[in-house]
Amino acid sequence: MTKRELLQRFTKHLDLPLLGGIGVLLLISLLVLFSADNASLHRPLAQLANIAVAFVCMWLIANLPLHYLMRTAVPIYVLGIVLLVGVALVGEISHGARRWLNIGVATIQPSELMKIGVPLMMAWYFEKHEAALTLKNYFVAALLLLVPVGLIARQPDLGTAILILASGFYVLFLAGLSWRVMAVLLVAAVASAPVLWSLMHDYQRHRILMLFDPSQDALGKGYHTIQGMISVGSGGLLGKGYLEGTQTHLDFLPERTTDFIFAVYSEEFGLLGNLILLGAYLFVIGRGFVITANASTYFTRLMAGSITLTFATYAFVNMGMVSGILPVVGVPLPLISYGGTSMLTLLLGFGMLMSIETHKKLVKT
Amino acid sequence: MKKQYVELKNTQRELYNFRVRLTVSMGFVLVLMAILLLRFIYLQLVRHEYYHTLAESNRISIVPIVPNRGLILDRKGVVLAQNFSGYTLEITPNKVADLEATINQLAELVEITPKDRKRFKKLLAERRNFETLIIRNRLSDEEVARFAAQQYRFPGVEIKARLFRDYPFGEKTAHLIGYIGRINQADADDLEANDQAANYLGSDYIGKTGLEQSYETELHGTTGVEQVEVDSGGRAVRMLSRTPPVSGNTLVLSIDAKLQEIAEESFGNYRGALIAIDPNNGEVLAFVSKPGYDPSLFIDGIDQQSWDDLNNSPDKPMVNRALNGAYPPGSTFKPYMALAALTLGKRQPEQTIHDPGFFNFGNHTFRDDKKGGHGAVDMYKSIVESCDTYYYQLANDMGIDGISGFMRQFGFGQRTGIDIQGESEGVLPSQEWKKKRFRKPEQQKWYAGETISIGIGQGYNAYTPMQLAQAVTTLANNGTMYRPHLVRDITDTRTGKKTLIEPKVLRTIPLKQENIDVIKRAMVGVNKEGTGARAFAGAEYVSGGKTGTAQVFSLKGEKYAEGRVKQELRDHALFIAFAPADQPKIALAILVENGGFGATTAAPIARKVLDYYLLGKVPQPLPDTAAEEGAND
Repeated sequence: MTKRELLQRFTKHLDLPLLGGIGVLLLISLLVLFSADNASLHRPLAQLANIAVAFVCMWLIANLPLHYLMRTAVPIYVLGIVLLVGVALVGEISHGARRWLNIGVATIQPSELMKIGVPLMMAWYFEKHEAALTLKNYFVAALLLLVPVGLIARQPDLGTAILILASGFYVLFLAGLSWRVMAVLLVAAVASAPVLWSLMHDYQRHRILMLFDPSQDALGKGYHTIQGMISVGSGGLLGKGYLEGTQTHLDFLPERTTDFIFAVYSEEFGLLGNLILLGAYLFVIGRGFVITANASTYFTRLMAGSITLTFATYAFVNMGMVSGILPVVGVPLPLISYGGTSMLTLLLGFGMLMSIETHKKLVKT
Repeated sequence: MKKQYVELKNTQRELYNFRVRLTVSMGFVLVLMAILLLRFIYLQLVRHEYYHTLAESNRISIVPIVPNRGLILDRKGVVLAQNFSGYTLEITPNKVADLEATINQLAELVEITPKDRKRFKKLLAERRNFETLIIRNRLSDEEVARFAAQQYRFPGVEIKARLFRDYPFGEKTAHLIGYIGRINQADADDLEANDQAANYLGSDYIGKTGLEQSYETELHGTTGVEQVEVDSGGRAVRMLSRTPPVSGNTLVLSIDAKLQEIAEESFGNYRGALIAIDPNNGEVLAFVSKPGYDPSLFIDGIDQQSWDDLNNSPDKPMVNRALNGAYPPGSTFKPYMALAALTLGKRQPEQTIHDPGFFNFGNHTFRDDKKGGHGAVDMYKSIVESCDTYYYQLANDMGIDGISGFMRQFGFGQRTGIDIQGESEGVLPSQEWKKKRFRKPEQQKWYAGETISIGIGQGYNAYTPMQLAQAVTTLANNGTMYRPHLVRDITDTRTGKKTLIEPKVLRTIPLKQENIDVIKRAMVGVNKEGTGARAFAGAEYVSGGKTGTAQVFSLKGEKYAEGRVKQELRDHALFIAFAPADQPKIALAILVENGGFGATTAAPIARKVLDYYLLGKVPQPLPDTAAEEGAND
């Protein structure tokens, strides 16, 4: 086998435009992490290791034919539910929330698994019943969504619950949930807001209130928002320059390698840098939509659409929270924030997109 | 018709529908991105000047103002924990290039002991970002002046005024009040988990044990905030806003400090515990665990030497004996056994047994302490003279689960719910307990022979002195059990409003008053003509009591002789009491480790405590040490 053939085999199921977009974002990640970690290589190298692991997983998924992917839906979903129930019963409490499960060798956070498991299961369900979809099917799918979301919300992990709710809603939406039902749901949601409010934990209410007036809690959570806005705003048009961010390097900015990494980037690279970042995100999202549009089966269309839209939502929620238009919910900036688990989840999703794109011809013939 | 429609839907129409949805999705994403873009333009172009000013030339610095920690007072207003201000010399390690050299130079100006250096090293290892660390505490005015004149030589070193915690009663209240100590990583994680981290910004201390720990939220107060503009050098230029801190609330205890002191001193050199409770409401009047330790050692992180001394001391001063020591109750168990017998109908008060001085069960002989036995013994005599044989038989008649079922109601083997954390459970033996406690099947089985010594408070029986106090309090109160509590009210320092801790009835044990009266009469007999008579000779009130002795060391068949056994192997002495007998105002339990007989070491302590509480009599400085052989427990 020649080198060329080997390379071809390796890249056969990778989608090069998507890979290019992801590569640009990962490069930005390493660059910003170096600055956020005060010019130390520690975090960038650790992130590189995260990327390497996640990349291997992505490659494996991308090479997995679609019918195998479909077959994983039910086991993954059931496993996820079992683990979530396990967390509720015997999970480890850390920082006041029960999110982790100790399985002997490691502690795992089953809600991460469900970020992929839920849309996968719903897409599988719709594919099964594609022939004659009735309102009842949407109802069942909604149930498949709401059970894990409810379990995660009461851990409590509102941020993850809302994002999974969004990813599941995208499946419902793409599967053709009627506009009228959505309108009814919207009205119901608005009407039930006071009830939800009364069910929330104090700290959750606090975070929402703070959005309207961050100075109310200048020492606590409001501090994050205030410092995030100062960082972004002081960056100006062109930014303060790489490694020159005062907010970052004078320790004003909290969680600057994880949830607030966007503030570091924005302070040092300014509005221009933000345009580039938004461009890179839009490119990846756009490619995701193209793959969705070209997808050959009902299942893959739903799955690809949901992955793409969820990715866009993550990016929006994180940048919105750092720039002070959304509450601080603890969502990382996709592909940029430091962290192994979210990197793995994201690249697994992209692996599925690639599989959908590169296996579609095989399905057609 | 409908079928046709479905088929249609499956083909072109559905793909069309999907494309519509996908287009809407793309529009949705574009709108989201446009919102972000507009926000960036607003922050980075329109408001850039504003944020630039905040970030660059002036920075808003948020300075927490630490609230004063609440006071702890006794029921009469005597101070048990307070704050005093003092000057400290502190170093910000990030701003100092050579710490060692700086400290050496400082040592020429103010005295810095090796202990100070060790503590500083410890603080350095645990520090959080940009914290200033104490190198010297409690500077004198002269030292402050000397350093102030030379301050220019020491960038990164400053004098700060801080509040220190002071415990006027020192080791006498150590196990009760506890102490505060520096916030460590575990504390910080807890605070984070309870969403309290913001309120502790700037706070260095947190309650670690005792009431300081269990009432931490009341005592800490609310941290204030000052928003100040600082120049690029970090100096405050202008204050923008200020939210004043709210001091912690004052705890008023039900403890009587004088009573506590008298109780503590009455132990002399013995180790042990004493808890006195008001039976009418569960208020704890004295809470002693002896020996104590100096709580002020812990405030700034204890140095290794003192820590080792405390931990390696054979007296184990760090153990809260009242809550965490578990001891067999010895003969103080007998009144409850007798009450159980009456309640379950196993004995009549006047029913007598013949005591030959031993009880044979299988091929084992259980001995009574009195050679030759007590002769004919009824219930009254069994308590007054503390006859063992009576209870060997009774235990055998009742069976282990009959005993444990009754005793559970008095709180034996359960946490009492007192307002200090970390209480132990003790052991109320039962068949079920043994099954859980042991692994091997042959050990899990309960043997009838094991029940016999349970009847005289030995065997697997192990209770905290707190439980013994709770039980006697409940007996004194005719079966109504209150939750024991140390804090009587919490006073809001701002408004002066007092929040009373309401007495809470935990349970009312279904008992016949006539049965209770039989037991109480016998316990009065103990102090009048029985094992407690010597200690209570000439008392101006009527009290009920029961002596007890708990075996530490098993002398196989040999007669126990106090003089021959080393002090650590001597029996523990116990005493429970209540007074006045008809309307009890105080009930107490005393444990004296290795004190020998309850009658000779524990009962005299009770006498002093009751004399003070009921009559206001303060004991003579020289405690009566005439320990005589004789009384039979």
